[in-house]
This record gives sequence, C-alpha cells and structure tokens, in this order.
Amino acid sequence: MELSDVWFVLIAVLWTGYLVLEGFDFGVGMLLPILGKGDKDRRVMINTIGPVWDGNEVWLLTAGGATFAAFPEWYASMFSGFYLALLAILVALILRVVSFEWRGKIDSVVWRKRIDLALIVGSWLPAVLWGVAFGNLVRGVELDASHTFVGAFVDLLNPFALLGGATTAMIFLTHGAVFIALKTDGDIRHRAAAFAERSAMVTVVVAGAFAVWTQLAYSVAWTWAATLLAAVALVGLVVAARLRREGWAFVASAVAIVAAVVLIFGSLYPDVMPALDPANSLTVDNASSSDYTLTIMTWVAAILTPLVLAYQAWTYWVFRKRLTAEQIPAPAGLTF
Amino acid sequence: MDALDLARWQFGITTVYHFIFVPLTIGLSPLVALMQTFWVRTGSSTWLRLTKFFGKLLLINFAIGVATGIVQEFQFGMNWSEYSRFVGDVFGAPLAMEALAAFFIESTFLGLWIFGWDRLPKKVHLACIWLVAIATNLSAYFILAANSWMQHPVGTIFNEETGRAEMVDIGAVLTNSTLLSAFPHTIAAAFLTAGTFVAGIAAWWMVRSLRKGDETNARGVYRPALVLGTVVMLISGLGVAISGDSQAKLMYDQQPMKMSSAEALCVGENGAQFSVLTIGDLSSNDCGDTTAIIAIPGLTSFLADGSFDSYVPGVEELQDRSEQLYGEGVDYRPNLFITYWSFRLMIGLGLGSAALAAAVLWFMRKGRVIEKGWFARLGVLAIPTPFLAASFGWIFTEMGRQPWVVAPNPNPNGVDGVWMLTARGVSTSVSGGMVWTSLIVFTLLYGVLAVVWFRLMKRYAVQGVAETEVDPSPEARAAAGAEGDKPLSFAY
Ligand code: HDD
Ligand code: HEM
Ligand code: HEM
Repeated sequence: MELSDVWFVLIAVLWTGYLVLEGFDFGVGMLLPILGKGDKDRRVMINTIGPVWDGNEVWLLTAGGATFAAFPEWYASMFSGFYLALLAILVALILRVVSFEWRGKIDSVVWRKRIDLALIVGSWLPAVLWGVAFGNLVRGVELDASHTFVGAFVDLLNPFALLGGATTAMIFLTHGAVFIALKTDGDIRHRAAAFAERSAMVTVVVAGAFAVWTQLAYSVAWTWAATLLAAVALVGLVVAARLRREGWAFVASAVAIVAAVVLIFGSLYPDVMPALDPANSLTVDNASSSDYTLTIMTWVAAILTPLVLAYQAWTYWVFRKRLTAEQIPAPAGLTF
Repeated sequence: MDALDLARWQFGITTVYHFIFVPLTIGLSPLVALMQTFWVRTGSSTWLRLTKFFGKLLLINFAIGVATGIVQEFQFGMNWSEYSRFVGDVFGAPLAMEALAAFFIESTFLGLWIFGWDRLPKKVHLACIWLVAIATNLSAYFILAANSWMQHPVGTIFNEETGRAEMVDIGAVLTNSTLLSAFPHTIAAAFLTAGTFVAGIAAWWMVRSLRKGDETNARGVYRPALVLGTVVMLISGLGVAISGDSQAKLMYDQQPMKMSSAEALCVGENGAQFSVLTIGDLSSNDCGDTTAIIAIPGLTSFLADGSFDSYVPGVEELQDRSEQLYGEGVDYRPNLFITYWSFRLMIGLGLGSAALAAAVLWFMRKGRVIEKGWFARLGVLAIPTPFLAASFGWIFTEMGRQPWVVAPNPNPNGVDGVWMLTARGVSTSVSGGMVWTSLIVFTLLYGVLAVVWFRLMKRYAVQGVAETEVDPSPEARAAAGAEGDKPLSFAY
C-alpha cells in the first residue's frame, strides 16, 4: 500500500469521526423544536452535548487540514467547486457555535427564541448539505483537464445527491434522538426514545435506498460488505429502539454511519474526486502531496490520534451521568 | 472589482476579524489559569471570584474566535485554490498539525473546564484550563509557521515536473527564523491585549467601587486584578518591542521592499530616518509627493540592521531590482500609504498602552488606590488600543508582502524558485458573483456577531465580580457533606 492510500484511509477515518460525533450534535439541534417542549427540556438537550460539541467539530477541521496537507488538489478542487454549498455550511456552523456559547448568557424569552432559531437552522442545514456534497462526490462532477470544477451550482442539486442529503438528515436525526434517550432521564428520555423508534423506520427506507443506489450505480463489489453492514445496523437500530435498548441503539446508529462512510470512500477509490469524464478525475495518485510530506504527516497522525481518542473518551466518561430536568438550575443569564 | 480584488477583500476582512478576537483568547486564557492557580494555592475567594468573572468574558470571546476560525480553515480552498494547489504540500502540514495538536486539546479541555467545576478534583480541573491556555498558544505557533513560510519560504524546493512547491525539510519550516521572531511578537501582542483588557476593566471597577464607598472590593479584588493586568502589560510591552526589533532586522534581510515601504522610502539613503508624521499624498505611490515633517534621524536604519547609518535601499531601486529578477510588467511595490501608516499605528497604539501601564503602576505604588473619574475613563479607553495595534500589525505584514502571496527569498540561505504572485493564487473556477455573495454574507453575519459580542462583553463587564462564590469542587462538597446530584451550576 502506498502512503497516499494510507492517507486516503486516514481521511476517511477523520470524516467517520466527524460524522459519528457531530452527527448526534446535529441531531440534538435538529430535535430542539420537536422534543424540546419548554425551555428546561431544551436546556437538558443542549447540555447533553455541552462539554463535547466543540471537540466533535474539530474532527471536521482536522479532516479539512489533513486534506489540504495530504491531497492539496482535492482540497482545492472540492472547496472551490462546492463553493456555495460550503458557504451555507460555514454560515450554519458559525451560527451554531455562537448559539451554544451565548444562549444562556442572556435571560430573556426573545433572546432564546432567536438563538434557538439559529441553532435549529444551523443544525438542519449542514445535516442535509453534507449528504448532498458527498452524494455529488460519489456521483462525479464536471472537472476540466486542470482538475478545476466547471459545472454549475444547480448540477449539484440532482436526485441522487438530494437523496444523499435526506439520508444524512434522517440518520443524524435518529442518531441524535437515540443519544438524548441515552443521556437523559425522565420524561424527555421517553419522548426521545419514542421519536427514535419512529424515525429509525424512516431512516431504514431512505438510507437503504441511498446505499443500494450508490452500490449499484457507482461502487465496486467489495463495498457490498459495507452496504450489508449498513443494512444490518439500520435494522438493528429499529429493533433496539423498539426494545428501548438505548445503548445498543446508539451503537447501531453509529455503525450505520461508519458503514456509510466506508461505502462512500470505497466507491470513490482510487479516485478522490471523480470527474464525469474519467480522464480528468482526481485520483489518490495525482492529487496527493509528496512522499516526504505524507511520511511526516503519518508520524504526526500516528502519535497524536490515539492521544486525542484517549482524552476525548475520558471526557465522555467524566460526563457519563444522565441529565434530568431537575438538575437544570434556574437561568443564570443577565438581562440587557 | 474582479474576482481577485473581491477575494482579497474577503480574505482581509475574515482574517482581520478572526484576529480581533484570538489575541484576547491567547492572552486571557493563561491569565484566567493564573487566577485560578492563585485560588487553588491560597484558597482566597478573591481569586475564585476573579477567575469566574474573567472566565465568563473569556468564554463569550472564545465562541466567536472558534466560529470565525472555521471559515479560515476552508477559505484557502474556496477562494485561493490555485494557491492551495501550489503550496499544499508545505502549507497544509502546519495547518493539519494545528488541528491535531492544538485545536483538539483546546476544545476538549475547555468543555471539561466549563462543565467540570463540580465534577473534577480541584487540581485536575485547574490542569484543564492550563491545557487550554497552552493549546491556544500552540495553535498560534503552528498557524504562524504557515504564515512565516509565506513571508520567507524555507525547507522547500520547486518541483518543475509537478509545478508545485514541495517540502523537503519540516524542521526548517518549524524553525524558520521568521517564525522564531513572529511567534514571540504575536504572543507578546496577545498578552498586551489581555493585560490591558484585565487592567482596563479592573481600573474602571476600582474607581466605581470606591465611589460607592466599597473599599473592600476596590482594594481586595479590583486592585490586585489591576496590578496583575498592568504588570502583564509592562512585560509584554517590552516583549513586543524586542521581538519587533528582531523582526525588522529579518525583514530587511528577507523582504527589503517591505522595510523600505514601512518608511515609504523612495530613494535609498545611508542613515535613513524614521518619520513620525508625513504629509502629502502617500497613496499615489509616487515618491515626489510627500514631505516628512517630524522625523527621528537614523531610526529606520537602526531598525533594519542595528546601526544608525547603514544603507536602506529605496522603493524605486528595489522595483528595478525585482524587475530584473522576476520579470517586468509587475508593480512590485506594496501600497505605501497602508504600509507607512499601519506600521506607525501598530507601534504607536501598542506601545502607548504599555507606557500607560508604567504610569499606572507608579500611581498605585505602595497600596494606593485611585478614585478619579478620568482614571476610570482612561482604563476603558485603553482596552481597544492593543486590539487595533495587532490588527494594524497584520495589515502591515500582509499588505507589505504584496504583490506576493509567497514572497521570493533574496536571502542566499533561503530557497530559490519558490514564490507566487497573489494574482496567480486565486480560484479560477469561482466567479465574481460567487465571491460577492460570500463577501456580503460574511460581512453581514460578522457585523451582527460583532454587535452581539460587544453587548455581551459589556454587559458582563458591567455586572462586575460576583459578591460571593462558593467553592464548587467535589472536595468542598464532600467536606460539607453534600450528597447526590446537585444542579449543574455551570450548565448552558
Ligand atoms: C499589540 C500589538 C503590537 C505592538 C505593540 C507591536 N507590534 Fe509589531 N506586529 C504585531 C503586533 C504588535 C502583530 C499583529 O502581531 C504582527 C503581525 C505579524 C506578526 O508577526 O506580528 C506584527 C508585525 C510586525 C512586523 C512585521 C514582520 C514581517 O512582516 O515580517 C515588524 C517589523 C514589527 N511588528 C515591528 C514592531 C516594532 C519595532 C514594535 C515596537 C517597538 C512593534 N512591532 C510593536
Ligand atoms: C497566520 C496566518 C495567516 C495566513 C496563513 C495568512 C494568509 C494570507 C494569504 C494567503 C493572503 C493572500 C490573499 C490576499 O493577498 O488577499 C493574505 C492576505 C491578507 N492577510 Fe493574511 N494570513 C494570516 C494571518 C493574517 C492575519 C492575522 C491578518 C490580520 C489581522 C491578516 C491580514 C491579511 C490581509 C489584510 C490581507 C490582504 C492583503 C492584500 O490582499 O492586499 N492575515 N493572508
Ligand atoms: C489564516 C489562517 C488561520 C486559520 C486557518 C485559522 C483557523 C482556526 C480555526 C479552524 C479555529 C477554530 C478552532 C476550534 O474549533 O476550536 C481557530 C481558532 C483560533 N485561532 Fe485561528 N486561524 C488562522 C489565523 C490565526 C492566527 C494568525 C492566530 C494567532 C496567531 C490564530 C489563533 C487562533 C486561536 C488561539 C484560536 C482558538 C481560540 C479562539 O477560538 O478564540 N488563528 N483558528
């Protein structure tokens, strides 16, 4: 295996980390208007991800930085090509970040209304758009001989990619509901579990359709394994959600996301960004950095990634207790 | 405006904006950690109250730094894709290292710090904020490694076959002489910013408490904070001057055009002066148009290489030299109006606040406190100056490098053949309309965020330090015989 192949796998790992972890953050934000009946409920929900959302988001920044370092051409073509979609994602992420930190700072109904709106939009939008982006990546886009994107923005809104968007949105929604059920107690836990049960069934249909379409139209034989794993995980998710086995349900939705990333990256390989005209595709070979850079970065990643995993895991352990509405104190914010 | 100008405006706006907030985070997180250390070591509730107070301000500020940082990570690909293709091999590496080595620590341990007050043992909790402080400073190191490489490319060769810059020596990139002097300078600027912030707020509150007849807090809480802030200002003021001087010497070596532009020096001189004020039309970039009216003889020469009468080449001579080396038909001179004034504003605004710190320490010698209204106003007025100084410093650094995005390296020790004009770096696939869209969206969004940020910071600063804070640590709760789950006092 060449170093550039190793990095292809590492980038897939970083995206997996991002989508599994920030996936439930997105889900929690998306569910705010659905499960968060009153302010207490909403605060319980937000506090389940309070200590971890920023660490989760750094997986994205690392995926971005690592793509820049290991596959500069891919970084350049993808982010300039998906310009407007990425712009929308960035705006959404900005809104989310400041909302988490600033929501409790001011104790006023109007303030919370606005912040909650920002949180909800800021969670739904990227949840859909990441799926659209990955859908297009798998499907292939119009690149010219210098690997520059020459397609139009509307080309990105094709049925396959839109189904991809629906898939990520449904998976994250369910993943978030399962996470809330796992991390809370009392009334909110039961409502989250009941919601997860229903949304899991929709997810099976939507995600299943996307996986099969990907597999049949764009993939290779070995990724059937990933597709099957996704199918098993999704069915397991429905069953576990029905039985209210929250831990297992969470594992199942996480595995479904992992399987989806494997399927997507498996179908890309050896391309990193396939072009509609295969001669212009960006591949693991022609998009990668020099061997020297890849070697250095391999060492850095090999040393630091386990450390990151260790202290992030420790964070989840420190905050392992379930939250209840009773533990949420009266709002401590000031008024303008 | 074409896509290039728009992309430059956008980059300038988003980056300057990001860097308004990060110096405060970089400087304030160690200061909050220090306050918490005082508390843990002495048990004095004053420091706990101060930790909480400045900690809240830190968090309000942190959010906006993180939010705007996300844009930074992606906009090289969005607007500067040709640049990214050319330099990714070497420029991407420090960026990825920054995320892996700094951002992960910073974000994870900040979460632990915010939510861990009553979950983690006191010392572990203290370690969390120290890790945050160290990681924010580490992140500055990596990003400055990337930036310094653009100012002075090292450890890299030009690969003719691929047409790209390729890294051959990571050690050289991470110990770039430019970096070793930009890092202390930027960190010192960040500490100056945070020191002024702490001192300014504490000064205002000291006066206010005294006027309310509240001597206890004026002497017991705000005065110590004011002293801490001013001492930090003084030391870091010295730090920026020393490191800035060493940067200027490197600049003379590595980017002589920038050095001469800083003085708007048209024709080379021995013993070049440093003018404090120049009249005339600098913006014409035309030499005959200006007259210096106040000037310090020899100072520019001294900044450049340590001697008051050495030769500093003029901009016109350097233009000729560049044309011979890199081809004709390009204006190699940066915008002199901007380089001249941003350099002066950086030094003036920044060192002004450091001088102020010396005066304040003198006034407050031997336990004195000050009750004068002007003192409170001065404190508040001082707060923005280092923020402005740092922004002007960056505007100078980046605009002074133009028209290069990767500056060529005249230093014989440097690498050859690795350079790029800014105009070449812009994305070819992105239309003017798209950049307009993002420029407008970011400017509006950032404008709104700035207003909210300002109101929140002001509101929390005006609230003052809480009258009491109970020790929230698990140790204290166990000692008090508390049982079961208590409310999440530090929750969102
Ligand atoms: C509070 C902020 C502050 C203050 C008081 C100063 N600086 Fe500064 N300066 C910065 C904040 C800054 C900065 C924002 O941090 C920069 C931008 C890039 C960098 O490395 O630091 C900078 C850049 C910068 C550069 C450009 C380096 C380059 O482009 O390669 C020089 C030559 C100096 N400074 C010199 C000085 C001198 C001689 C100072 C005082 C005697 C001084 N600075 C005070
Ligand atoms: C350390 C990380 C930084 C990197 C890697 C970086 C990189 C760049 C790049 C690639 C450009 C070229 C685009 C252009 O010419 O417009 C640029 C320009 C610019 N940067 Fe930086 N920059 C950094 C920090 C900063 C900071 C902190 C500021 C301000 C506070 C700043 C201010 C500017 C400005 C004003 C321009 C526009 C110059 C011009 O186009 O005329 N930069 N920088
Ligand atoms: C143009 C280049 C830059 C890029 C790509 C960049 C990227 C980022 C990103 C992605 C974040 C968010 C991290 C998180 O989620 O925790 C961030 C925050 C931060 N950046 Fe930048 N940045 C740039 C310029 C700078 C400069 C010049 C400095 C300082 C010298 C700096 C210092 C920081 C610090 C200390 C933080 C964390 C604290 C905070 O968010 O307030 N950055 N940056």
